[in-house]
Amino acid sequence: MAQTGEETVSENKQSSTIDYSAFPNAEGHFGPYGGRFVSETLIYALDELNAIYSRLKDDPDFQAEFDKDLAHYVGRPSPLYFAERWTRELGGAQIYLKREDLNHTGAHKVNNTIGQALLAKFTGKGRVIAETGAGQHGVATATVAARLGLKCRVYMGADDVKRQSLNVYRMKLLGAEVFPVTSGSRTLKDAMNEAMRDWATNVDDTFYIIGTVAGPHPYPQLVRDFQAVIGREARAQCLAQAGKLPDALVACVGGGSNAIGLFHPFLTDESVSMYGVEAGGLGIETGKHAAPLNKGVPGVLHGNRTYLMEDENGQIIETHSVSAGLDYPGVGPEHSWLKDIGRVKYVPINDDEALAAFRKVTRTEGIMPALESSHALAYVEKLAPTMSKDQIIIANLSGRGDKDILTVAGIDGITV
Amino acid sequence: MSRISQVLNHAKSQGRKALVTYIVNGDPYPAATLPTMHKLVEQGVDIIELGVPFSDPMAEGPVIQQGHERALAHHVSLKSTLEVAREFRKTNNHTPLVLMGYANPVERFGYEAFAKAAAEAGIDGLLTVDLPPEEVAVLKEALDASGLDNIFLLAPTTTVERARKIASHASGFLYYVSLKGVTGAGHLDVTAVKAKLDEFGQLTDLPVCVGFGIKDPATAKAIAALADGVVVGSVLVEKMGSMADQSQEKIAQAVGDIVGGIRRALDDC
Repeated sequence: MAQTGEETVSENKQSSTIDYSAFPNAEGHFGPYGGRFVSETLIYALDELNAIYSRLKDDPDFQAEFDKDLAHYVGRPSPLYFAERWTRELGGAQIYLKREDLNHTGAHKVNNTIGQALLAKFTGKGRVIAETGAGQHGVATATVAARLGLKCRVYMGADDVKRQSLNVYRMKLLGAEVFPVTSGSRTLKDAMNEAMRDWATNVDDTFYIIGTVAGPHPYPQLVRDFQAVIGREARAQCLAQAGKLPDALVACVGGGSNAIGLFHPFLTDESVSMYGVEAGGLGIETGKHAAPLNKGVPGVLHGNRTYLMEDENGQIIETHSVSAGLDYPGVGPEHSWLKDIGRVKYVPINDDEALAAFRKVTRTEGIMPALESSHALAYVEKLAPTMSKDQIIIANLSGRGDKDILTVAGIDGITV
Repeated sequence: MSRISQVLNHAKSQGRKALVTYIVNGDPYPAATLPTMHKLVEQGVDIIELGVPFSDPMAEGPVIQQGHERALAHHVSLKSTLEVAREFRKTNNHTPLVLMGYANPVERFGYEAFAKAAAEAGIDGLLTVDLPPEEVAVLKEALDASGLDNIFLLAPTTTVERARKIASHASGFLYYVSLKGVTGAGHLDVTAVKAKLDEFGQLTDLPVCVGFGIKDPATAKAIAALADGVVVGSVLVEKMGSMADQSQEKIAQAVGDIVGGIRRALDDC
């Protein structure tokens, strides 16, 4: 089967009715989702970015530079690790972990910041800004800014600044300015509002490095393309190590960049099921969650049309998740579309379930996952036992859990 | 001809600069809005822009953001904003009302349902900050069917070619954003505004009003010399926010005083 992997692909491509590579269209739409919903001031900057990206994305020199940075700076390819003990314990499908936690800076986020920093270099802009929730994207942005000598400001909700103090200090050590946002719900969505305002004000000399597959076109496309290295590697590694394609993919979804990165190269492989795991918070039924694909409605926020958590008047409502990186009321537009067409199934995992999976994988495999990634792992706990032993699940271990130690200790009532 | 066009044409024929003012509905508390609107008219305002509060006002500076937050604390919505318009129309049938806000509350209301309800309530036009021409087709159809004007922003970063395209979608007036940045910013440059407006040239027959960062009579006068009218917002919202614990009469009076000063400066043009 390993030798025929390539043929399997082409067969699947023929039988698939949707050409996923044709999305988004020129206007940035994935079906009814995506687009460019921004104030007029930013249109020029988006046009400029789109022109640069359209030119560079198929440019072999640009790709070579990107690949070189991923290999020598990020440390790719990241391993696809067979979690043997955990697999045995669950007694079902074989579980493989895509180890994005082993990337430089400890999460998948850096794949994208490396790519966007290269784009920034081409624009000649000397300043970058970013929004961050858990701080992983902020750290990844501050890192590439340090390396390229760019000025860097990271917008972070004031509440997140408090619960992710380690990452805040990391960013400062890297030379970035961390700007706590006190408006609105003081979390990721408000950080993104503030970053958009900064961008509109300093549009001439500032490049906005968006951290997820949301925002106005072309961001959902280019962030996806940069993150798709995860799925391309995982696909080749699975064929090489297991001799066949996986049966299921599992990844957590906040904005959804690690999930789309894993999923996208497999979309035409019809035999591969995909599960995007949203933050169920205290429980979907309590309303205190961050699961727009499970409980939201389509609307417009942060430059794109997508599923949102909002009230009956169209006001965005506050979300809840134990993990700051999933605490977002929207989701990337491509996920909204993949949900509607039924290609990916989106499921919620509660705080408690994620914490249990965090402890379980830490103790069973000696790998401490981020609380975000722990949502995906908690779903694996449910899914694997329902599958047979010859089947394969790849779960995206999108980030490492060091940053969450204080949160977990706090829940345990321990002062570290 | 729409009420907006009538008022702006009339002002032009009189050699008078139009004064457009922005306040947030329900800010600092719901009862303050209606008396303030009437006071604005009394002080010579030609068009009232009523801000529809939104949880994520991406294009607003801190002053108007806080205005939105104050209104939302009182559960002000798009629906209740239409109620205010209806009340206003009971005694004023001549001052155009423009709703200014963000796409999501309108989308939630339903484009067609909104257009009908807004026209019925006496609204004359809509400006959705985050709906550029590329995304507006469905809403525009609904607005056109109900006879509402669709007002668009032009920015310092807008190319001439794009400005022509925007103008072809617009009705009522064109709103030129005088600076790169958010509402209420402090770096308005009159020379730069002039240069950009000259570059645009005559885009259409639509009047052009200029706003963002106009805070005092002198600036208003300087900008008005370049355009058909000016839009003033943050300075009013700031005043209203600072008077949250005072009576609606006092709030209306204080806002009226600011606007009166600007009106006199414009009439001096």
